[in-house]
Amino acid sequence: MNVDRIKAIHLLESNDNFIRGAEVRPAESTADSTPIAAIDSHAPLLPGSPRLAELFAPPRDAGAIGFALAQVPQRGGLLWVQDRMSALETGRPYGHAFARFGLARDRLVLACARNAADVLWTMEEGLKCASLSAIIGEVWGEPRALDFTATKRLALRAERQGVHVMLMRFGGAANLSAARRRWRVGSLPSAPHPFDGAAPGAPRWRAELFRARGERPGIWTASYDEAAHRLHLHTASGDGSLDAEVRRRLAAG
Amino acid sequence: MRKSGGDWPQDRPLVLAAEGTHGPVIHDVNPAAAALGMARGGRITDMRALVPDLAVEDADPDADTADLARLAGWAQRWCPWTQADGADALLLDTTGSAHLHGGEASMLGDMARRFASAGLNIHLAAAPTVGAAWALSHSGGDAHTICHADQLADMLAPLPVGTLRLDAETVQLLRRLGLKTIGALAAVPRPALVRRFRKVEQTCRNPVTRLDQAMGRRAEPLVPARQRPPLRSIRRLAEPLGDLAGLMRILQDLAADLSVLMDENHIGARSLRYTAFRVDGRALNAEVATSRASRDPAHMVRLFDGKLDRLDPGFGVDGAALEVLRAEPLGAIQDDLSGEGRDQMAFVALIDRLSARLGEDAVFQSVTLGSHVPERGEAFFAAAATPHPDARSVNRQGRAPLRLLNTPERAEVVHAVPEGPPARFRWRRQLHDVARAQGPERIAPEWWREPGRTRLRDYYRVEDREGRRFWLYREGLASDDRGGTPRWFVHGLDA
Repeated sequence: MNVDRIKAIHLLESNDNFIRGAEVRPAESTADSTPIAAIDSHAPLLPGSPRLAELFAPPRDAGAIGFALAQVPQRGGLLWVQDRMSALETGRPYGHAFARFGLARDRLVLACARNAADVLWTMEEGLKCASLSAIIGEVWGEPRALDFTATKRLALRAERQGVHVMLMRFGGAANLSAARRRWRVGSLPSAPHPFDGAAPGAPRWRAELFRARGERPGIWTASYDEAAHRLHLHTASGDGSLDAEVRRRLAAG
Repeated sequence: MRKSGGDWPQDRPLVLAAEGTHGPVIHDVNPAAAALGMARGGRITDMRALVPDLAVEDADPDADTADLARLAGWAQRWCPWTQADGADALLLDTTGSAHLHGGEASMLGDMARRFASAGLNIHLAAAPTVGAAWALSHSGGDAHTICHADQLADMLAPLPVGTLRLDAETVQLLRRLGLKTIGALAAVPRPALVRRFRKVEQTCRNPVTRLDQAMGRRAEPLVPARQRPPLRSIRRLAEPLGDLAGLMRILQDLAADLSVLMDENHIGARSLRYTAFRVDGRALNAEVATSRASRDPAHMVRLFDGKLDRLDPGFGVDGAALEVLRAEPLGAIQDDLSGEGRDQMAFVALIDRLSARLGEDAVFQSVTLGSHVPERGEAFFAAAATPHPDARSVNRQGRAPLRLLNTPERAEVVHAVPEGPPARFRWRRQLHDVARAQGPERIAPEWWREPGRTRLRDYYRVEDREGRRFWLYREGLASDDRGGTPRWFVHGLDA
């Protein structure tokens, strides 16, 4: 019975992709043998309605930043706040790369805060401004100022104001939080480069949604579609164990 | 114009002394001392030897300057354009105002009478140009000289060249050339004179410019010191206030007052200072700056959020003032229908609030500059004063990492010799196996900026086995003869 259900899901997926006209990449057989699975139609739509998302990233992996930028709307201002440790350990945003995500560099306002409390204050202050479309805050570790109340304030205001708020957590553990979506994001080996087998290609991420409100958690392979400025979530079939886990969860849910 | 010594008897010699390079020298003399042959610049010790009962007082040039500025303000009773000139002269532009005082002669008479009643004796001259008036008034004689435009050349001709407001060196040079009077100077063929002084830029050393100014061939406008009332609002309190909430409430009142004041003057504040006067004779200050001229009271008040906490009211505050330190013209603002103008204003207000709390140097906007070197290709300027991007800015078109480390960090790299891509590297004590690499992107040193021995950089985009991406560069080539083995650096992280 379980097998039938999985088959049905597969059918649904392929139909859905056909109807939506989404690009289903052919399985590249040349350099990278990892087949790209179909876009998962059960995955949450990204970026979706504006809300607070929390992204956990390992300290020396900038993958989560790309994952966040792929969800930033292309219109309106972008406020980027870093605490001191994040800036020291992972560097500052480099505007020249923004063009890759279809974002204009001159819309960026970068604020350097001393500590997490200032980061949270700046983000709340940004939420009072009508002309911003997204706010990205970076916090290192697990500071005391970042508690449930603080995240709850951000989450409520983000929804009221209609601003995408992304809280990047470098090297932090998932403690109590009111974020509407909580991700764990890491880099995956990139897609094959179309012209050069030895060069890194378009980035891919392993995105684990481990807590979400009104959405089903899951693990996906994420890729960014530059032409459409969209983040696609594919079923994580590259890794057999991940795949099995997703299917188990789907079957259970 | 010279101070007449106050109550000092006219017949006793009095000199004012100033510090010279070799002891005190005479700064100024009274008529009795002048009659004894004393003049400015003489040594006090010499004069004491000649006149043992000479009275010497210390000169106070600062007070003289202040007095002269005050007199310049007072002289506005005759005309609106007045200016202090040097240490002892006033310039008045009486064009169009002489008839109010019954013509030029009557006006000069009035001036002489009023200055005399103030205890000052003056030399007066009225002329079509500043230069001519100065020459005529400084050439001695107590008569009130009035010079009309058609007499200009004739009246100036007999005067010595020193009255052309030239410095002593130039006057001496002209004397040596045999040009003792203005007439003689004016008679020299102009091309010759221009050629002789063409490289002299300072006006006080260039006789041609001065002559042109005196003859009216070159404009010399008067710059009056306009006194603007300071832009500030003050509240004095009946009872001393001891709490911060009270200070905040006064600030709101002051901001409203100041906003009205600025509205009348069509300006907006770029920088504000809030001063609270404590009862025990201390003043507490808090300053804020805005990134764009503003006179919105609510915005001004918000900028002081968190700044007033540091003020200590002590025994109480019995007065407060809000002052505009720097202002810019700001016309009335009308909302456009699309609401974009309002959005822009909201954005600017946000930058102000962030700068006020986090510090001026903590809120940035990115500006591209004309350089291929990554850290120079983009600069972050304080958002309050962002310059325009460089016209020749380099567009990297996305071929750059998402993050740039503040300083490139050393990495130990295993790579194919001599100039192959990295195969494995150790950065921050952790080993990364490179799975894929792309490069090099060679960036040559900028010889016009950097020392000659700076090495080129070969940038590689690499991806390790786990998919993490980095931006590495090798500094120099093994064969470039600019130091030893090339070193490797991690410069950026990428997604």
